[in-house]
Amino acid sequence: MTNVNPNFVLMVEDLTVSFDGFKAVNGLSFEVEPNECRVMIGPNGAGKTTVLDLICGRTRATSGSVRFKGKELLTMREDQIVLAGVGRKFQTPSVYEDLSVFENLELSYPRGHSVFGSLFFRRDAEVKTRIAEIAETIFLADLLDEKAAFLSHGQKQWLEIGMLLIQDPELLMLDEPVAGMSVAERKKTAELLNRIIDHRSVIVIEHDMGFVEDIATRVTVLHQGQTLSEGSMERVKNDPKVIEVYLGH
Amino acid sequence: MFADYSMGELTAIFAMQGFAGLILFSIFVLMALGLAIIFGQMGVINMAHGEFLILGAYVTYITSHVFQDVMPGLFSIYFFVAMILAFIASGALGMFVEWALIRHLYKRPLDTLLATWGLSLILQQAYRSIFGAREVGVTIPDWMMGSVYLTDMIEVPINGLFVMGLTVIIFAAVGALMFRSTWGRSMRAVVQNRTMAEGVGIDSEKIDRLTFGLGCGIAGVAGSAFTMIGSTGPTAGQQYIVDTFLVVVFGGAGSLLGLVASAFSISQAQSILEFFLSGSMAKVLTLLAVVGILMLRPQGLFTLKLRK
Amino acid sequence: MLIDRKSRFLTREEMIGFAILAVVIFLVLPLALDTFRLNLFGKYLTYAFVAVGLVLCWGAGGILSLGQGVFFGLGGYGMAMFLKLEASTPEATAIQSTPGIPDFMDWNQLTALPWWWEPFHSLAFTMIAVVIVPVAVAFIIGVAMFRRRVGGVYFAIITQALAAILTILIIGQQGFTGGLNGITDLRTLKGWDIRSDEAKEILYFVNGALLFACLFVAQYVRRSKLGRLLIAMRDQEDRVRFSGYDVASFKVFVFCLGAAFAGIGGAMFTLQVGFMSPTLVGIVPSIEMVIFAAVGGRLSIIGAVYGTLLVNWAKTTFSESFPELWLFGLGALFIAVVMAFPNGLAGLWSEQIMPRLRKRTGGGNGAPASPAPVAGLSEVRKAAAE
Repeated sequence: MTNVNPNFVLMVEDLTVSFDGFKAVNGLSFEVEPNECRVMIGPNGAGKTTVLDLICGRTRATSGSVRFKGKELLTMREDQIVLAGVGRKFQTPSVYEDLSVFENLELSYPRGHSVFGSLFFRRDAEVKTRIAEIAETIFLADLLDEKAAFLSHGQKQWLEIGMLLIQDPELLMLDEPVAGMSVAERKKTAELLNRIIDHRSVIVIEHDMGFVEDIATRVTVLHQGQTLSEGSMERVKNDPKVIEVYLGH
Repeated sequence: MFADYSMGELTAIFAMQGFAGLILFSIFVLMALGLAIIFGQMGVINMAHGEFLILGAYVTYITSHVFQDVMPGLFSIYFFVAMILAFIASGALGMFVEWALIRHLYKRPLDTLLATWGLSLILQQAYRSIFGAREVGVTIPDWMMGSVYLTDMIEVPINGLFVMGLTVIIFAAVGALMFRSTWGRSMRAVVQNRTMAEGVGIDSEKIDRLTFGLGCGIAGVAGSAFTMIGSTGPTAGQQYIVDTFLVVVFGGAGSLLGLVASAFSISQAQSILEFFLSGSMAKVLTLLAVVGILMLRPQGLFTLKLRK
Repeated sequence: MLIDRKSRFLTREEMIGFAILAVVIFLVLPLALDTFRLNLFGKYLTYAFVAVGLVLCWGAGGILSLGQGVFFGLGGYGMAMFLKLEASTPEATAIQSTPGIPDFMDWNQLTALPWWWEPFHSLAFTMIAVVIVPVAVAFIIGVAMFRRRVGGVYFAIITQALAAILTILIIGQQGFTGGLNGITDLRTLKGWDIRSDEAKEILYFVNGALLFACLFVAQYVRRSKLGRLLIAMRDQEDRVRFSGYDVASFKVFVFCLGAAFAGIGGAMFTLQVGFMSPTLVGIVPSIEMVIFAAVGGRLSIIGAVYGTLLVNWAKTTFSESFPELWLFGLGALFIAVVMAFPNGLAGLWSEQIMPRLRKRTGGGNGAPASPAPVAGLSEVRKAAAE
């Protein structure tokens, strides 16, 4: 279990968190390989979002270890984890409503993240070009000066994805990226996601099985904070344990 | 520093300072109880809490004069009448303030703080205009005067004992109300999950108003008790507001047990230090210690896991 | 293809706002007022330093400190200690039982200058200390609180407690601090009589210039990415963290900056008014400084200056003629500014007056048309500095 494979981007070992005795995640272990797209599925309350929270430092683990490229994340602050190269998209779109689309993207640009760095941050040609590029990718090029508050739900989701893109993380974690979207938006988003998960490792939580089948390299099924089944979509789909949990009695 | 005192004297000093601390403790508990309900349960910062307390004190002052002038025969029991009137007056004003001011600001706690500070200035000036800037005192009924001698060196004043007894009764009543009554259940339900509480048919606006009113009413009773051991002035309430907030925060907002523990430790520390240092240094050191501990442990002494 | 998105230091509207304020402070007030009144307005302007710092901390960053009086006081006391030492030469204090120490120390039976007073013989040290000491205190408080993610009302209560503690300490230790009376009877600065009319006028202009320096610093911060981060943090602290920013250190920075401004204001107060006392440190002055910023508009640094002038002018006028009414008025102001005008004067200006002016002049003043007014708070931020 402890064979440290340097080829893994992320190694989660025996991860456990307990809230007042209730173990939301219980002895979970899994690895993510470079360029892998890992999809996590499972019934409500299985602990999927909590796993992402634990990896990105939002919730403190009770025990276990999460190593990103060999670095232990559990002792790091959220911002340090982000700067190390782990990006996270939340379930509900969370963008800065009072700032413009341009400014939203600019804040995620990976430069000037210290106090004085941000005080003397210059909006040079490089920054502007990069933001224009990203805006093009996320279908918001015409809305750069719009306040984020005025965007539609789908546009906010795209903006948040754009904020992650500009950050250029090696490991990207997406929590239900197509939830609450219209059919047209959903299609566009799937296209967008397919493009951006190309050169990096990704962990996705998703319920839309068609979408999952489309993007997943491997699937992990969580149940009551533990791995129920793991492997290719094909294998997981035919696993009797999974069928039992999902179809129930 | 202890060398000048004999063992017996030291014991007596500690006992008497400890008792003085117990009176301070009672005041803290009485003041903080109302705040613990308003701040601890509702999350509302009421900077005018001290003024609600003083309202209770002035009501007691008026009642004592009415009894003196109109029915001097019943003077020995005026205090109990005054206490009820103080509860009604402060509670009613509290419910009015909740309706006029607080309910519009539930989502803006920092603005509530500023608005209630404005309210406290207005109340202070109102007291000054009505009762004058000088402090007023009430005549204590005869049976409350004097002291009890525990040993020949240790004496405790009866009015202090009375206030302590009162504190115990009020505390027990509030505890029962919060954890045994229907209102208490509704209030805790609203605190934990407003939407859900509304869903099961609790009128959350009414609960808010009653809760705020109750907190203010308790402050009024505290003010009433306050007159038994000290005089009342228009700005007396403001002098206690910092201590009271610290007591509540230090105890861990929302926990009645924490409130008692924190009021006890702060009052004891202060009154024992007071004997060896000047009063102001005792207070500075106590407050600094509390602030220091709060910086290390912001959630206070006792607390339930707070959900965000 | 893209609109030029240079982060300009001042927009056209802001430039006009700064220019008008400069005219008011450097021309209108000095020409319209006699030395006594001008000195009074100079005193008001020292509070504006605090108010500008509060706009950054509270308006932009969402951190409400009710203890800004602590920093104002630390700056003011630092300057007062220097001036007091200069006024307490052995010759001038020959009648004391210990000549050469400040008079209040002699009254309190002190026979030697406390060690921590010694460095305040030096003007250079004092000038550094009036900024560094408040910043150091703010840094300690900020690190302790913000690292543990204490904010909101808890932070407000703790800072208020600190204001109370410092006041009690100053009053209690009167041998070292001058007690309730404060440090009074200050005369000269390096031999220059600060009580003369001429000195008062010069100090007024020095004060104005320093205030403008602070305004420019504040403007720079607001215009920088840090300024946008503060707004982002106020609304969605968690998201900022997950964009890779250490939220606490940004809060510490802006809190320290506010403390530095307050310290400078305090030092200028001492110089212009000629004394420093605990009545400027405690709970009441600290929270009043918040109302100055709120009346001006919590999001507008220039509004904060006007708010300070207006409230203080009203205070002086009313408490001279109707002392009873003033507290009612001030109390009502606290309530009104929260309930009815959360954006203060700046809000009134940009939401009421500006649109009307635009309509009258046909909107042809070159300023970009702002989108429909939605969230009141966010609108002002754009046109804030007017």
